[in-house]
Amino acid sequence: MTTTIYVPKDSAARSIGADLVAMAIEAESAKRGISVSIVRNGSRGALWLEPLVEVVTSEGRVAYGPVSPADVDSLFDEGFHLGGDHPLALGKTDDIPWLARQDRVTFARVGIVDPLSIGDFQEHGGLVGLRRAIAIEQEEIVTEVTQSGLRGRGGAGFPAGIKWRTVMATESDRKYICCNADEGDSGTFADRMLMEGDPFTLLEGMTIAAIAVGATEGVIYVRSEYLTAFETLNRAIEVAREFGWLGKDVLGSGIEFDVRTRIGGGSYVCGEETAMLESIEGKRGVVRSKPPLPAINGLFGKPTVINNVLTLATVPAVLADGAATYQGRGVGRSVGTQVFQLAGNIARGGIVETAFGISLDTLVNDFGAGTLSGRAVRAVQIGGPLGAYLPVASMGISMDYESLLAAGGMLGHGGVVVFDESVDLAQQAKFAMEFCAIESCGKCTPCRVGSVRGAETIEKIISGQDVEGNKKLLLDLCEVMTDGSLCAMGGLTPLPVRSAMLHFSEDFDRRARSDDSIN
Amino acid sequence: MTYSPWSVDAASAVLATTCDKPGPILISLQALQDEFGFVRDEDVELVARACNVSRADVHGVLTYYHDLRMSAPATTTLRICVAEACQAVGSRDLVEEVEKSFNARMDQPGDDVELKSVYCLGNCALGPSAMVNGELVGRASAQGLKNAANARVNS
Repeated sequence: MTTTIYVPKDSAARSIGADLVAMAIEAESAKRGISVSIVRNGSRGALWLEPLVEVVTSEGRVAYGPVSPADVDSLFDEGFHLGGDHPLALGKTDDIPWLARQDRVTFARVGIVDPLSIGDFQEHGGLVGLRRAIAIEQEEIVTEVTQSGLRGRGGAGFPAGIKWRTVMATESDRKYICCNADEGDSGTFADRMLMEGDPFTLLEGMTIAAIAVGATEGVIYVRSEYLTAFETLNRAIEVAREFGWLGKDVLGSGIEFDVRTRIGGGSYVCGEETAMLESIEGKRGVVRSKPPLPAINGLFGKPTVINNVLTLATVPAVLADGAATYQGRGVGRSVGTQVFQLAGNIARGGIVETAFGISLDTLVNDFGAGTLSGRAVRAVQIGGPLGAYLPVASMGISMDYESLLAAGGMLGHGGVVVFDESVDLAQQAKFAMEFCAIESCGKCTPCRVGSVRGAETIEKIISGQDVEGNKKLLLDLCEVMTDGSLCAMGGLTPLPVRSAMLHFSEDFDRRARSDDSIN
Repeated sequence: MTYSPWSVDAASAVLATTCDKPGPILISLQALQDEFGFVRDEDVELVARACNVSRADVHGVLTYYHDLRMSAPATTTLRICVAEACQAVGSRDLVEEVEKSFNARMDQPGDDVELKSVYCLGNCALGPSAMVNGELVGRASAQGLKNAANARVNS
């Protein structure tokens, strides 16, 4: 009998040796005359357990991890291919508490299916949402998505249904669906994991969006650091075309829709939707002024739906299970689930998908088990490089759009980056300005010049020059950048800076204090 | 990594596959770089002609994107993530150690090895992260990267 063994092909798992583990299992099984079939799946998201090897048994899938190539010999000795016990045994994968306590909707199939098997995809509920979308009216699809309360997961949190309605209502000979897969925020990797682990779900969401608004072309803009995701998507698109899903006649409906991919050029600001459009058009990734909205005047001047990977990948579940099911989760206006990404100095990092409203403390200390270094947590940056640094005193905060906004931060794309007590928040604030200076598209002055002046001013504060005067100047500069920048790059860079100054003022006063003590 | 020898004809053949696509400038430059290792001065004019745009347009795109380069890449390219999530697990120290062990400076040109800053590789739970000739390395150490670089050169 052939045993099926899953070894993730996810980039994160491969970065710590999953390929070597797969090779070792293949070699060792051949040596022992044991018949195994290795499936390279996506990651379950428990990155702290990677490489996580799963064996299919009569009881279901059982897990072992983290497995190194050196463990493979002893795993076979203990009969792990039959589900045997071993120091690395974790029991049934679905019963691992870290996974069992999550509420997977967007990530329901990631790590479970073979990413490029359309049969596997359908066995696990794939295409149900799309088939329903084909069967109902465009108006009904948009209403369903609006009623579900699904908001843009890229960071802005704009209701997806309202955006779709604008595109649907705009007359044009051509409309586009653009998927923003330029996941540049440090501390985020959910888009990548979904594209590598379950690319068909993204294609399904895009196809549903296309049917809803009457678009015929889709473009996925993938950042150049994500070459594996890019290649996986391209293969998935080919499989979908052969299947009769993408192309002139979507699943026999007579509707035309096809998807192509574009690779970015290593520019962070191209994650801003209008800069992304410019980049897809082959131009410099410079931000456009709004209005006109991309929904009316988007890619090549045509009405365009622009949604993040996670937004589009959630749409199939909304259509399959209905708006009410999705809307039943979450708190206030933050409904549904959020794919949180635990990152940085964290013992148990990875994907935690759960309803909005979970506390930061539960994420960091419960799921995350504190820092990797074992030292105390000092700061958590939420929402990427443009998100606020929160102190330990804020750990009780509810993780939803509104609560974070009220706390002077933002949820962004759901990244949670943990720092231990060795962090210097003045240095982090300076980095925020430096990063903005490097990545600014240069179109508006507050961002282009403000970021350079900001970094200089923080350097003066760090080195103890007129600390009080320069702190005032910095706050003034932050106000100009917030109010005067064209897009979120310059407009939100003050968020990490101001939050660092507010919650960690001692880091900005260090030099001033030491000078005082000398005097 | 091996690249094709550049010639006007070879470059034109590459451009024939890209210039008729919508929004062709960036993909044309990317295709040239993929094929020949970097974008040459002469390419600017070729792209402008093939895509029916001005040389200024091409120059603008070429100098905007961090990925596009105008000089030959080193034998080994090492990209180290210097963004927040990796800073939280010691990427600043890692950069110093790597500079010492490779005897090279970050973001300076080099023939044998080129060390480049990158802002996020999407491996933020297993940092510090780096990329050795396109291969992602998690929980990176200076020694580990040295070994990975040697393995990739020898293979």
